[in-house]
Amino acid sequence: MAARKICVVVVSGTRERLQMAAMAASVAAVSGIEVTIFLSMNAVPHFVKGATADAPSEGAFGDLLVKKKAPDFKTLFRQAVELGGAKILPCSMALDIAGIETDTLEPFVGEPTGLTAFLNAAADAQVWTF
Amino acid sequence: MAEKKIIDGRGSFCPGPLMELIGVLKMSQIGDELEVLSNDKGSAKDIPEWVRKVGHEHVSTTEEAGVWHITVRKTK
Repeated sequence: MAARKICVVVVSGTRERLQMAAMAASVAAVSGIEVTIFLSMNAVPHFVKGATADAPSEGAFGDLLVKKKAPDFKTLFRQAVELGGAKILPCSMALDIAGIETDTLEPFVGEPTGLTAFLNAAADAQVWTF
Repeated sequence: MAEKKIIDGRGSFCPGPLMELIGVLKMSQIGDELEVLSNDKGSAKDIPEWVRKVGHEHVSTTEEAGVWHITVRKTK
């Protein structure tokens, strides 16, 4: 069976969506699936070095994630890269708009990527959007 | 010689214990047994599923006083 490919598009900056994206991406990556994560819009500032995983909750469940000490989304995204070989690609447009320099991003985040390159990577993959 | 290692994932939630297991598996030798301790019901089901999917051996799962002991043998 050919290796499966999944592209995870993360545009939300809220805790529940970042958490679900990180859970899905990390477990897929360590299960032999080729995973590419494309970060854009409100998700990007959370991946600046030193930014905490303290994203705003959408509802009560987001607060419960903190209260119950669920693994934080940044740790899970890092593990997706380190344990599962996932790629995390920040959107070059989002970096430009937000004025974020590449060298200020967490070390597990890859090179800025434009939509053309991302669409090429996603052409034969399932795409999940959060 | 094969080793037995304990991974204490108590207090963590899915997929935390699984990720801790995978981190230790990568540094282990073929034949080593890893026992994950978890009080997360989801992990007690999900870890054996992952082990079968990637081809390691699920040795056993037992539950004692609300703590699951999931034992895995590294096979490759």
